[in-house]
Amino acid sequence: MQLTGAEITIRCLQEEGVEYVFGYPGGAVLNIYDELFKQDKVKHVLVRHEQGAVHAADGYSRSSTKTGVALVTSGPGVTNAVTGIATAYMDSIPLVIITGQVPTHAIGQDAFQECDTVGITRPCVKHNFLVKDVRDLALTIKKAFYLAATGRPGPVLVDIPKDVTQATTEFTYPKTVSLRSYNPVTKGHAGQIKKAVQLLLDAKRPMVYAGGGVVLNNAAPQLTRLVRLLGFPCTNTLMGLGAFPGTDPQFTGMLGMHGTYESNMAMQHCDVLIAVGARFDDRVIGNPEHFFRSDRKIIHIDIDPSSISKRVKVDVPIVGYVGDVLDEMVKIIESSPQRPDPAALKAWWADIKEWQRKDCLRYDAKSSLIKPQFVIEKLYEITKGDAFITSDVGQHQMWAAQYYKFDKPRRWINSGGLGTMGFGLPAAMGVQLVNPGATVACVTGEASIQMCIQELSTCKQYHLPIKLVNLNNRYMGMVRQWQEFFYGNRYAESYMDALPDFVKLAEAYGHVGVKVEKPGDVEGALREAFKLKDRLVFLDVITDQTENVFPMVPGGKGLTEMILAEEL
Amino acid sequence: MRHILSILVENEAGALSRISGLFSARGYNIESLTVAPTEDPTMSRMTIVTTGSDDVVEQITKQLNKLVEVVKVVDLTEGNHIERELMLVKVRASGKDREEMKRLADIFRGRILDVTDKSYTIELTGTGHKLDAFLQSIEPGVILETVRTGASGIGRGERVLRV
Repeated sequence: MQLTGAEITIRCLQEEGVEYVFGYPGGAVLNIYDELFKQDKVKHVLVRHEQGAVHAADGYSRSSTKTGVALVTSGPGVTNAVTGIATAYMDSIPLVIITGQVPTHAIGQDAFQECDTVGITRPCVKHNFLVKDVRDLALTIKKAFYLAATGRPGPVLVDIPKDVTQATTEFTYPKTVSLRSYNPVTKGHAGQIKKAVQLLLDAKRPMVYAGGGVVLNNAAPQLTRLVRLLGFPCTNTLMGLGAFPGTDPQFTGMLGMHGTYESNMAMQHCDVLIAVGARFDDRVIGNPEHFFRSDRKIIHIDIDPSSISKRVKVDVPIVGYVGDVLDEMVKIIESSPQRPDPAALKAWWADIKEWQRKDCLRYDAKSSLIKPQFVIEKLYEITKGDAFITSDVGQHQMWAAQYYKFDKPRRWINSGGLGTMGFGLPAAMGVQLVNPGATVACVTGEASIQMCIQELSTCKQYHLPIKLVNLNNRYMGMVRQWQEFFYGNRYAESYMDALPDFVKLAEAYGHVGVKVEKPGDVEGALREAFKLKDRLVFLDVITDQTENVFPMVPGGKGLTEMILAEEL
Repeated sequence: MRHILSILVENEAGALSRISGLFSARGYNIESLTVAPTEDPTMSRMTIVTTGSDDVVEQITKQLNKLVEVVKVVDLTEGNHIERELMLVKVRASGKDREEMKRLADIFRGRILDVTDKSYTIELTGTGHKLDAFLQSIEPGVILETVRTGASGIGRGERVLRV
């Protein structure tokens, strides 16, 4: 049967089992929207800004195991989407972004709403395509879904000129696809795995460091099995929270710039380090030179060879899907008579316990001002640790990461790599749609929330009962913290003046708004908010302006050169 | 260290910019880059001459391999290889210099492709060093114009790069 390009696009999405498309119409995608209108298998979510569309598709993907889909028009539709695409790219989130383009004959003519989409997005996608012939369309979309979700996942963009959506061709959707130039190594090298296991069994001071790759590969059960089998301490990166249960006694907390004292000390002083789906980035190990002042053997499992030995030289690289590699490791250990030296392990745990006694996440709980940490602790209690938490970027993000204990993967949804303010609310929309009935909270700040606040309107339209916890300290908190520490208290432009009345704003969008100003009111307000199962509630929590995130490894410093709260 | 990377890449629009974009985005050097289709028209072969430490070149190779359109990458400098570059140079050739220029072209096994009463256009093939040596052996004032292809390379012996 002859179908138009627009029909083919929608048929492909149906074939891929796409439930929701997040998008915004415009001239170049009108044909596609017309076809969307004529069917009801693929549901469309109309956002209020294209950045929101991509973040929503991103949240949808992060909190499920599915590929997120966004649909935007040419020109400004694309440029608005770029922040969302780059966010997904940095965190390896599988997305397919379909963009309209001006007709093929107009490309290069500076046509209305034309931009070089493939050129603009090239550095922030896993791959992108410009479809110039309708006969290539179905195969290209198939390739896009395949590329997005396999190997190291990432966003893939398909740019479709308007005339291609009008042209017709015979439609068949390929069942499978293979590309001769794309064959990611997915199975870890058996010899390397054996070598790694031996190192682990011989370790005296081992440390497990797991990142977002574990979450993305759905390998949390395998990681948990390995860590428990060996009795080793385990830390997670910001992106890896939930990969190992946050309440497990073997969990030492997050590591890195705002990681726990014990995790960072253990990273520095271990003799064998196993990195699983993590990439030793600057926010995680600080200054690499300082990191190497201590001697240790490093095992690194990752799906992406280019992540291995990029910032840190490793001893045993293993390229492959982390879940399969961890499975192999567990198998080998289970069939081996050897176990790690119990005496050495006991001594190592004693060191860690000693570090834990610093109680690095302690804060002044008796303050008459609302402490942001306290709010997150209450949020954790009231949601019984079982909510999906999205966040924006800054201090509130770090506090949420530190004080909310994630026992399950895909519950903590934040922009780790790119650090995109404005991510939290639209991401929460995707989370709520793919997890209907689940408790979804967005921890945000008064600066971040205003970057995509227009999506409150989308939440109203689709009845998304997200709970926004706005830690309102009237500052771009993290910027203010750096200015306090490193710029002599010169708070250049970090004060958020002329803030809106968030309660009225929430109400104007048709939601419930509540202002919380006293520590004693925090718990009650949270309880009331979560009781309103079918309403979005915006909690504007007025917090202590001077609170800082501790511990902190200043930029460029070594991982153990932490500033602790007590030292100030 | 100087490295010659041979890359098989899908002959598709945008592949070149993906590769050159990778080099600029990650701050890698490109000394020269040549590309043309192979005997299989769906595939192009690219030769990139780059400089960097072993770690950097390892990263470059890994990053190139990560590009979806890149089929294969080989560092030719890891083994024995042949490297050639072609240069066209237009020189002033009049008076007593005319004979001398002809002789010099012969010494470097160059071929004179075009002649006017005042100039020669000489074709020279060789390693980059040889082409440099030729240019250094003539007076700078005599050179009217040069154009070089950048290096192409191939492994010696049985070593082949194909799908």
